[in-house]
Amino acid sequence: MEKIVLPEIENFHQLDVYLQNGGYEAAKSAFTQTTDQIIDTVKKSGLRGRGGAAFSAGLKWSFMPKNNAKPKYLCVNGDESEPGSFKDRQILEYNPHQLIEGTIIACYAIGAKSAYIYVRGEYHKWIKLLQKAVDDAYEKGFIGDKMKETFATDFSCDIYVHKGAGAYICGEESALMNSIEGQRGYPRVKPPFPAQNGLWGNPTTINNVETIANIPPIIKKGWEWFSAIGEPKHPGTILFGVSGHVNNPGVFELPSGTLLTDIIYKYAGGVIGDKKIKCVIPGGSSMPPLRGDQLEGVKMDAESLKAVGSAIGTGGIMVMDEDTDLVRVLARIAKFYYHESCGQCTPCREGTGWMLKILNRIVRGEGTKKDVDLLVTIAKNIEGNTVCALGDAAAWPVKFMIERFREEFDAVVKDEVSLEPKNKVHSLRHTANPIAPVQG
Amino acid sequence: MEFKFLEENLQTIEQILKKYPTKQAAVMPVLYLAQEQNGWISKEVMLATASILDMNEEDVFGVATFYTMYHKKEMGKHHIQVCTNVSCMLRGGYQIYDAVKEKLGLDNGEVSTDKKFSLEEVECMGSCGTAPMIAVNEDYFENLDKEKALQILDSLN
Ligand SMILES: Cc1cc2nc3c(=O)[nH]c(=O)nc-3n(C[C@H](O)[C@H](O)[C@H](O)COP(=O)(O)O)c2cc1C
Ligand code: SF4
Ligand code: FES
Repeated sequence: MEKIVLPEIENFHQLDVYLQNGGYEAAKSAFTQTTDQIIDTVKKSGLRGRGGAAFSAGLKWSFMPKNNAKPKYLCVNGDESEPGSFKDRQILEYNPHQLIEGTIIACYAIGAKSAYIYVRGEYHKWIKLLQKAVDDAYEKGFIGDKMKETFATDFSCDIYVHKGAGAYICGEESALMNSIEGQRGYPRVKPPFPAQNGLWGNPTTINNVETIANIPPIIKKGWEWFSAIGEPKHPGTILFGVSGHVNNPGVFELPSGTLLTDIIYKYAGGVIGDKKIKCVIPGGSSMPPLRGDQLEGVKMDAESLKAVGSAIGTGGIMVMDEDTDLVRVLARIAKFYYHESCGQCTPCREGTGWMLKILNRIVRGEGTKKDVDLLVTIAKNIEGNTVCALGDAAAWPVKFMIERFREEFDAVVKDEVSLEPKNKVHSLRHTANPIAPVQG
Repeated sequence: MEFKFLEENLQTIEQILKKYPTKQAAVMPVLYLAQEQNGWISKEVMLATASILDMNEEDVFGVATFYTMYHKKEMGKHHIQVCTNVSCMLRGGYQIYDAVKEKLGLDNGEVSTDKKFSLEEVECMGSCGTAPMIAVNEDYFENLDKEKALQILDSLN
């Protein structure tokens, strides 16, 4: 199977090797075309965002205003903090120049003179690798003023690497822009959307690292080629990161629509100790979990996963065997969203804390059936009632884990409601007793 | 404790400022630089940052306190970060965390009295496919088990 984003070529991350294999030729060809032609190609290719929402990349680019004197910006999202996701890191390490080349082409297509590649702060090593590649590309005249000469064009752009500092929420596009602007990473209310009002109030496009890395091959080989790979409605390859109870975890680049069971059993080596699967989260921890007996025939693309009640998300597949304590898993997931809520909206700020507190109580064996119902009620009250999608991301795992694995919760809770007022739930922030960690 | 940016860091700040159209946008990289120089982000560091970037002090405080990677107190020489998020948890992340806690005698967020170690339970670090993991300062150690994690601690001095 052909690899588009992570080709198996030794030292491909080095500029000379990248050039030997046709590197920066796509950019060269892009500059012989109009920006409309490029946007059209990307649209027709069917490329959909790999950052979570699977939105058409070409369509997003076409939202950028044309006759607007304001500066325009591109943000490349490498915040990669969704639990279960570890794919963009592979691109930064093994194929940074394709990301840079894609960034150049995207800048040209949308008319951006500056691009910021936002990488999560913990990726110190990968930030250095990316910065080295950017420096090399500058030196060889692929970025900056010299690119006018290199590509015989009157267009030029700059690429900057911006280092995050440990906040999952900065992966959300508007929080990411606030973060680049030097503010707290608070998501903004939408509309206005970034294409109208983004970085410093200017038209801005935000795309995921993997999305952008797909651009050069599309420009080079044409949309017909790309759109024929994998599932027609969500074409191309996807970097699937498999983690959890499998023998051979890792990132696998496979055509969209590959069977989930094939990814787990053929590529990731099957389940450790040949155990049965109890649960799979198919797209990073925010996405609705699937039951082990629900996996047969499930294809890994946006539409197919939607049809079985989940979502493709970041393609991070978390596999849990039959002995997994899902109540503890859910408590750990809830802890994450509680920790990462930026605190702007009451339902998210308070709800994530309540859900964690209740789940910890259930983990301790002190929960009741009513607690389980209460969790679902809280989740439903968060969902759709917040500024950004972190609220939904916190609500979905709770809602769907309980809906699909209710027996696991019922097995560890008591029927009776205790008469002691143990269930006091109030704001948990700024209290002297912060929430205890999930019991290990 | 007083804080002044070193001359060489002032020059680096000049370079950083070229990347952004506003001074405020440089606050994250400048705070990183300050943390490198000072070891942590003290109130004096925030004030110096505000003054050098013409920012309101409260805006710098807001940024420094929002992001977890800016340390608001002095951390250990070896800052041990253990991921206990789901993919790590499924492969023994909590065993590692408990063992590290016991060995160092530290709880989450604590610093040893000799300032050699500090401990932090961290969220997913993007090593789920090579889980479980710990990070020591900026370095990742992956595919661990309890024994390997403790060996890593032993090797630090
Ligand atoms: C809480 C939250 C966290 C997110 N984190 C990321 C992330 O780390 N990386 C990413 O590419 N997109 C992330 N997204 C999605 C972005 O908001 C945005 O949709 C995406 O970067 C667009 O790129 P794409 O269209 O190429 O997928 C996140 C969204 C939310 C709500
Ligand atoms: S939903 Fe949560 S993370 Fe998003 S803006 Fe509201 S409080 Fe912040
Ligand atoms: S869960 Fe530990 S690195 Fe992702």
